[in-house]
Amino acid sequence: MVKGKVWKYGDDVNTDVIFPGKYTYTVTDPAEIASHALEDLDPDFAANVKPGDVVVVGRNFGCGSSREQAAFCLKYAGVGAVVAESFARIFYRNAINAGLPMVVSKDAPDALVTGDPVDIDFTAGELRAADGKVFTFPPLPPEVMAIVEAGGLVEYVKRRLNR
Amino acid sequence: MGKPFAEKIFSARAGRDVVPGEIITVEPDYVLSHDNTAAIAATFAKMGAEKVLHPERLVIVLDHCVPAADAKHAENHKKIREFVAEQGVEHFYDVGRGICHQVLPEEGFARPGRLILGSDSHTTTYGALGAFSAGIGRSEAAAIWATGEIWLMCPESVRMNMTGEFARGVGPKDLILSIIGDVGADGMLYKSVEFAGETMEVMSVAGHMVLANMSVEMGAKNGYVAPNDKTAEWLASRESAEYEAVYPDADASYESELEYDVTDLPPMVAKPHTVDNVAPVEEVVGTAVDQVVLGTCTNGREDDLEEAARILEDRTVASGCRLLVFPASREIWREAMKSGAFEAIEGAGGIIMNAGCGPCLGAHEGVLAPGEVCLSTANRNFKGRMGTPEAEIYLASPATAAATAVEGRIADPRGYL
Ligand code: SF4
Repeated sequence: MVKGKVWKYGDDVNTDVIFPGKYTYTVTDPAEIASHALEDLDPDFAANVKPGDVVVVGRNFGCGSSREQAAFCLKYAGVGAVVAESFARIFYRNAINAGLPMVVSKDAPDALVTGDPVDIDFTAGELRAADGKVFTFPPLPPEVMAIVEAGGLVEYVKRRLNR
Repeated sequence: MGKPFAEKIFSARAGRDVVPGEIITVEPDYVLSHDNTAAIAATFAKMGAEKVLHPERLVIVLDHCVPAADAKHAENHKKIREFVAEQGVEHFYDVGRGICHQVLPEEGFARPGRLILGSDSHTTTYGALGAFSAGIGRSEAAAIWATGEIWLMCPESVRMNMTGEFARGVGPKDLILSIIGDVGADGMLYKSVEFAGETMEVMSVAGHMVLANMSVEMGAKNGYVAPNDKTAEWLASRESAEYEAVYPDADASYESELEYDVTDLPPMVAKPHTVDNVAPVEEVVGTAVDQVVLGTCTNGREDDLEEAARILEDRTVASGCRLLVFPASREIWREAMKSGAFEAIEGAGGIIMNAGCGPCLGAHEGVLAPGEVCLSTANRNFKGRMGTPEAEIYLASPATAAATAVEGRIADPRGYL
């Protein structure tokens, strides 16, 4: 379950504006990584995002580089989920590995604006908007859900190695 | 109905019939990492792993910020060298060997039928040699080091059929830019894209690499060119291990097929700040540029340097414009030295740099100042890519880059050849 406020952006949000390339080899501290989240897209985001807030976007979110800080910076910033019409492939993988839940919905992004309160139930596959509107989405495939549920790939592999 | 390349290779690896959308667990033949190796090693340690399960499957190339730009980058490289020694990684290529996406083909790792995953989005490049190759994230690379395997979803396949012959001064880069402009940055999301048709038969392997390299810029999972005579010749020219090519079935069914005739294709550019913001060069001719970058893993090969050299020979780089040249590998550096390409480029006022990524990702060796304009032969022009979000980056072919350097303004190369 995730409960938070919507931060709404458009289509084709790329990894360079989510997490600028110039930091990729030098910034490693989680708090500092979080402080650069969406830096070149919305300079107000990192300072104002609250735990559980939901980033809502259009098509092809996370296109561009394979840098996984693009997913981790959102996770570390406390983002509860990303809701998109579609995700770029590597970002999709990186988000799973970061334990950052994703919701693919054709209709929800259009219906939501910045500031809207929403809650998301991942097991039921439901996103509820403030006006009572409910959007349903398909749950993640089981192989993938196991990784998200473990809290990310690191935890998942750790458990596997310990078995 | 037969199967396209991706479904064939997934089925072969899984030992059963695999259809698009199915997730399978695979053991990649090789895992690539570069300057991000130290970060992967940190995640590897966090996983509680100590020894890499198959060190012989790791290929590590230092290329992104080489030689180190500052103490922090130097420390990063040092950590990687220590990790390599500690884990007994034999396939390690230190500063100066070249850009990973050229080094893996040259060193014999990228071969037909291989499955290669890399912690770099342009790992798609090896599809030019008939491999299935795709980019993955850092934690995933760490997971493969620890367990030898990873999950992959079998993609849908799209075939692009190319016909016709390029006009003078027009080539593979113009073609891929026009395709990306046509289908959009997400047009091939999750897809396996097969480049086929008569044009591919005459195109050089370097040209195939340009297409496969940039297939990720339209969202593709991988790009693929069926190995042909040119591929065989290229492979035979170097020390080459055994390989077994995988081809799509002749009656394969594709999610869609697209046709492109290159006959009347003009030189193309991608305008700031997205790769799919594509226009014929005519539209931007005359735009003043401060810097031209020739090279990178997209267009830093012999073909590219020679094409540029033909234009720069007996001409001069415009004053107020910097031309920076980054060959994709040391081998190419030497070739260009021997062929006279460097002499022509240097004679025109170009600056020959070391083999490596250079300013492509904004780390060093020619980053831009706010307000500057750069035309680059790289694959990405996102805001901030070359060091500051206030610079503008145009992407184009080596020929367009050379003509632009001569004029100090974006120029149509057809007038020069
Ligand atoms: S040259 Fe540029 S695109 Fe290619 S691997 Fe290096 S940074 Fe990436």
